[in-house]
Amino acid sequence: MITIFIPTPLRRFAAEQTQVRLHAKNVAEAVQSLTSIHPSLKPYLFDESEVIRKHVRLYLGEDDVREKQGIQTLLKEGDELSIIPAIAGGNV
Amino acid sequence: MNINLEEIKFSKEELERYSRHLIIPEFNIEGQKKLKAARVLVIGTGGLGAPLLLYLAAAGVGTIGIVDFDVVDLSNLQRQVLFTTQDVGRPKVEAARERLSALNPFVNFEIFNLRLDSRNAMDLISQYDVIADGTDNFPTRYLVNDATVLAGKVNVFASIFRFEGQASVFNYKFPDGSRGPNYRDLFPTPPPPGLVPSCAEGGVIGVLPGILGSIQANEVIKVITGLGEPLAGRLFQFDASEFKTRIFKLTKDPDNPLTGTNPTQKELIDYEFFCNLNNHTSIAEKNGKVQEITVTQLNEWILSGKKFQLIDVREPYEFDIVNLGGTLIPKNEILNNVKALNPEVDIVIHCRSGKRSHDVIRLLHQQTNLKNLYNLKGGILAWVDEIDPTLPKY
Repeated sequence: MITIFIPTPLRRFAAEQTQVRLHAKNVAEAVQSLTSIHPSLKPYLFDESEVIRKHVRLYLGEDDVREKQGIQTLLKEGDELSIIPAIAGGNV
Repeated sequence: MNINLEEIKFSKEELERYSRHLIIPEFNIEGQKKLKAARVLVIGTGGLGAPLLLYLAAAGVGTIGIVDFDVVDLSNLQRQVLFTTQDVGRPKVEAARERLSALNPFVNFEIFNLRLDSRNAMDLISQYDVIADGTDNFPTRYLVNDATVLAGKVNVFASIFRFEGQASVFNYKFPDGSRGPNYRDLFPTPPPPGLVPSCAEGGVIGVLPGILGSIQANEVIKVITGLGEPLAGRLFQFDASEFKTRIFKLTKDPDNPLTGTNPTQKELIDYEFFCNLNNHTSIAEKNGKVQEITVTQLNEWILSGKKFQLIDVREPYEFDIVNLGGTLIPKNEILNNVKALNPEVDIVIHCRSGKRSHDVIRLLHQQTNLKNLYNLKGGILAWVDEIDPTLPKY
């Protein structure tokens, strides 16, 4: 099992869960699995081409998965994945 | 900083005022001199700017520039502790200067009652040593980032949303002359407009900008004095609801258009366009024009006894603050409730400011055959302003 931390702005699309625990062998599988549990999250994480949006970063522990093997980065038992979206403040 | 630190002198009163700095061995009078010689530009005097300005002024930063175009609103006071009830309606920069001068008369304040944009940003930012970004929207975030990178300035960043806070020090100049990552290394492009809740849907817990703005002030002071390790190359993340803090490593993106391996951007761009805000109109035009009615017309419809439907697409907690007696169907649930809309009569759709209801009508135009939809221009805010000032605004 790995843990995905849901940031506060996205919790309303994830049944107000702060974290989701699931089985996944890599980052891609983890995020796919997350959006199949909480489909409302999907448009916030993926663009129309099913690519992770550029205003969303995924961190494995304290490292950006971009610096590893991207979404192909392998996960092991107990890993912690954080979703970090861009936030701007009160106005848009 | 062009000022020779040898020339910086303190009066007896200043030495007493700053004594708690002076007795920190690593800080001492050298640190205080660096603060007095420094020029810091604070962009935005909102929730982040309030503690940031208060602490920078109290700490004795020599010159503080303050940029904001807005006036103090009653709804600001829940978090913008720089202002008092008497300041409501005053230009923020003026109220800020008055409050901060009273706190520390030894600080020189330079106020700019204007909206930072691509035409004035380089000129303004170039005049300062350190920039602190306390703005509240994506176009200005990218503008500040790009201008600080192009002008070679450090950008002390913090951002908040509801219970979430982020902070970092961008474009930090390391002792070897190299620069740390910037905002575009973290988020190359902003979210598409439709994906971000607007200010009315968003909200923020009042203390959160106080915490993040204080962190920003601390980082500004560290950058100026050279004390400790700045939050450069790192992103601080704070979840105020669960009290979880995390620090992530920030790395440079080789595709960064400003500082990547093949930089493509040498000057500022149109940030409203970049943030795709203009797409709203083009999509709306593509899907047919959204019909509008004013609050005055709506009032006439009500008074004349005309048969129509009033739909409120805000959230239930907003409805509880103030409502016009419409049927509550939150924006995100509208497509599940199309049957509640009566195609036989005119339907007025409203929200707080008219933006969400506009989006809802666009969506209904795309997904249904309803033609009888009217957006209430200016939303409930306009209703309070023009029809019933006894109702609260939020």
